[in-house]
Amino acid sequence: MASDLGLWSVPLAMIAGAIRVSTPFIFVSVGECLTERSGRINLGLEGTMVMGAMSGYGAALISGSPWLGVLVAALVGLMFGALHAVICQLPKVNDVATGIGLMLFGTGLAFFLGKPLIQPKAPNLGAIDLGWWSSIPQVRQALQVNYLFVIGIVLAFGMAWALKNTRWGLIVRLAGESVDAALAIGASVARTRLIATSIGGAFAGVGGAFLSLYYPGSWSEGLSSGQGLMAVALVIFARWDPIRCLWASLLFGAAGAISPALQSVGVTQGYYLFSAAPYVLTLALMIATCSPERSLKGAPGELGAVK
Amino acid sequence: MNATLERIAVPTLALLASAVLFGLLLAFYAHVDPLEAFALMYQGAFGTWFSWQNTLTRAAPLILTALCTALPARLGLVIIGNEGALVVGGVAAAAAGIAVSGAPPLVVQTAMAIAAMVMGGLWIAFAGALRQFRGVNETISSLLLTYIAIALMNHFVEGPLRDPSSLNKPSTWPIGDANMIGTIPGMDVHWGLVFGILACLLCYLFQRFTTWGFAMEVIGGNPKTARMMGLDVSRYVLLACAAGGAAAGLAGMVEVAAIHGRANASLAVGYGYSGILVSFLARHHPAAIVPVSILLGGIGASGGLLQRRLDLPDAAVVVLQGIIFVAILASETLYGRLLKPKAAT
Amino acid sequence: MIDKFNIGRRGLLGGAAAGAMTLGLGGTANAQKPLVLGFIYVGPRDDYGYNQAHAEAAAVLKKMAGVKVVEEEKVPETVAVEKSMESMINLDGATLIFPTSFGYFDPHMLKEAAKFPKIEFRHCGGLWAQGKHPMNTGSYFGYIDEAQYLSGIVAGSVSKSGKLGFIAAKPIPQVLRNINAFTLGAQSVNPKITTQVIFTGDWSLPVKEAEATNSMIAQGVDVVTCHVDSPKVVVETAERAGIFTCGYHCNQAKLAPKGYLTGAEWNWERVYVDMVESMKAGKAPGNFVRGGLKEGYVRTSAYGPAVPAAAKEKADAAKTAILNGSLAIYKGALKDNKGNTVIPAGTSYVITEPKLEGMNYLVEGVVGSTS
Repeated sequence: MASDLGLWSVPLAMIAGAIRVSTPFIFVSVGECLTERSGRINLGLEGTMVMGAMSGYGAALISGSPWLGVLVAALVGLMFGALHAVICQLPKVNDVATGIGLMLFGTGLAFFLGKPLIQPKAPNLGAIDLGWWSSIPQVRQALQVNYLFVIGIVLAFGMAWALKNTRWGLIVRLAGESVDAALAIGASVARTRLIATSIGGAFAGVGGAFLSLYYPGSWSEGLSSGQGLMAVALVIFARWDPIRCLWASLLFGAAGAISPALQSVGVTQGYYLFSAAPYVLTLALMIATCSPERSLKGAPGELGAVK
Repeated sequence: MNATLERIAVPTLALLASAVLFGLLLAFYAHVDPLEAFALMYQGAFGTWFSWQNTLTRAAPLILTALCTALPARLGLVIIGNEGALVVGGVAAAAAGIAVSGAPPLVVQTAMAIAAMVMGGLWIAFAGALRQFRGVNETISSLLLTYIAIALMNHFVEGPLRDPSSLNKPSTWPIGDANMIGTIPGMDVHWGLVFGILACLLCYLFQRFTTWGFAMEVIGGNPKTARMMGLDVSRYVLLACAAGGAAAGLAGMVEVAAIHGRANASLAVGYGYSGILVSFLARHHPAAIVPVSILLGGIGASGGLLQRRLDLPDAAVVVLQGIIFVAILASETLYGRLLKPKAAT
Repeated sequence: MIDKFNIGRRGLLGGAAAGAMTLGLGGTANAQKPLVLGFIYVGPRDDYGYNQAHAEAAAVLKKMAGVKVVEEEKVPETVAVEKSMESMINLDGATLIFPTSFGYFDPHMLKEAAKFPKIEFRHCGGLWAQGKHPMNTGSYFGYIDEAQYLSGIVAGSVSKSGKLGFIAAKPIPQVLRNINAFTLGAQSVNPKITTQVIFTGDWSLPVKEAEATNSMIAQGVDVVTCHVDSPKVVVETAERAGIFTCGYHCNQAKLAPKGYLTGAEWNWERVYVDMVESMKAGKAPGNFVRGGLKEGYVRTSAYGPAVPAAAKEKADAAKTAILNGSLAIYKGALKDNKGNTVIPAGTSYVITEPKLEGMNYLVEGVVGSTS
């Protein structure tokens, strides 16, 4: 049934892993990218993502339509983002800390409300079969692509384009770079950040829906092992550029596939160390590419946490 | 309204608001009488001497791990690698304890504490050094280092350091009963609590009364001014990171020497992450870390009772914690405005 | 959906009131004090797996007269579990405690047992030994590898590629026994069969479990099973890819109506009811309680639609042989997958053999490594 690809199956599995695993990272990091470009940091997207996963699963279960689930997840994410934005707009409130608080609140609430959703089975989002041309089952499996993955890529490019070329993108960037400059052209910084943070939350909600509705595709309390938190961190890694966020997410997803892929071809020693590959790789890349002079290149000037 | 009164009134208001919100959730979603729930929570956290000890035991590791975020935060760094520092500290402590296990207990314990603090200190100082010398953002590097620390721990505990007789719970060799640090006389709370309070006190005195402490405050306020004054910013960053990491490492040593007697995966149960919360809630102030940790410990201690008596899921307590945190953080906006009617919410 | 939540809560409301009364009046109010049992789980009670298997049995106990059950979930294997036990004893009046996760045993439960000599502690999975551990403690476990062996027979009969997959959390003896028994069962019908093992590193990592399942499928594995806290993800991923699965902990047939072959399930009810009965009779429950298929501590799921009659026959025959003691799963000459002889020729271990509880090897035919 399977072709024997030997060690070639490892890179293939990494590509497959990147396609399967990276989608939540793409959504969360691109969303957070927008939020941070507006001068606001939202560390709580992990909680938003888990809420999205729970509510999306619940909505899909009740309605029978997984896409309605995605929509509900986006709305719930939107509300969490807006909540974060509203709280942070109060004077003297620290956005980093509020984010951490909301992360706890979101995860707790999702677990609390999600109890009755653990047992039932909701319909899943389907996949597009892009591997029909190949006779190698590994390739066909790798190219089972979910719509959300495609949407995520489009969004990343769309976001990059919009930030650069639209009036709205300019206002977002101004709000992030310099409040004074934004005020000078008559833009409302508060409103811009509210919108940017809410949209960022909606993205994170969709990222969560991917987890519960496609891969791994069910709701449980262990569903996220810190993907949301890591995705937020990837934004700094990607230096606030949506397209680099996309590459970073793909790289991270691919590195996560190393450990199971190696074990499945018989390289079985030291799997704990291979499991750490995504983290080691990210850190090594950061050390290699950063330098004291250009570390803050691309960092929005108003972003508190990275001064 | 004067400042002291405000400092009590604002958090109290926040706590009341959280209680109302949580109570609504209980009453309308879980159909549980909120008053009964709050009575139980008080009972479980502070209602009896046993409950107090339960609370303090849970607070102890949080005090130490919170310092890991709090100390670098004075310089404007956001370190979230507390869990990693605790884990490497715990493994280092166990390794040191095993290495010198023949020595008198006090020697073994000191060696364990030093090993843990050095290892934890180096771990976070590495993140600080990456920031100062390579420009790598310390928030992400310390988070990555946590995941790496946990992977390393699993590798060592299940590989080179594994005691073959630790069958279904892979662990290192034990440090030996004689070398355990035990509990504070007269209470059923381990010494970690004392270490934590002492560490907070020391940090407070250091920040308040020494030149170095003052220098750190200047750097935290404005790094450019500090450089113009001729302060060696990197040195202070490394120092603060190392001290914070050492505190978290010590928490790891306490886990090994007071509770498990060996290092295993139970080191990574989230004390480090809770420490981040504590630090932010305490506004990175060493003296405030102790009461905030006790509050958090108390909520943790009462969670069990809520599960057992009201059949609420474990997550109920997490929700409450989240609400309290957000409410307290949001309430900071009230400082200085409490008397103005428009600020009343 | 919300109903489930309510029923559970209502069930305990009465208990809560009684508990509050005990607390307030020091237990003097009621002449017929109920027997209070404390259950502690390491994960969520409804995880479709390990914890749920225990919680389902605890739910049966709740219906027994004169018994009150208090439960706590997601208690980590640290000082937190010590405090949970103390709290159950001090505040709820529990007299028999069931800490159900392996890591609760040493030092946590042993510490509490020394502190509360009048309270009985029975631990799931531990290795209680007379003289070494206090008499108010004990351990119980099921020889679920017997059921895994039967799953292996079915899997081996159904597999066309001759490659089976096993997704496991950590290489500990209980897991290794299951991997080996599963493989040996499969090899009894097809000696050339291999089992691919992937260790995920922890007990609950859904994304990694899904990844592991997919990489096995990519390698041509056509039957998978697992030993993680919740098999849900593995079973569902396999079903979606159109391959077969054997379940673990509970019955997961509902999650994979097409591909579910059979599964190894716990039946803790048997253990708990016995223990509670002896408590009610004023006796301490057994200190070292072990049982397999024969004692009914473990069982196999009903065969799924994909299992051919011949496979059922073979598995049923093996089951009969296990029940009457004529079949030993672990017998020499047995080699591990590095070529060392682990059981010499002519030796045959009964399932209760203590050496098996310290298993640290993977048998020949398993692709994987214990470190």
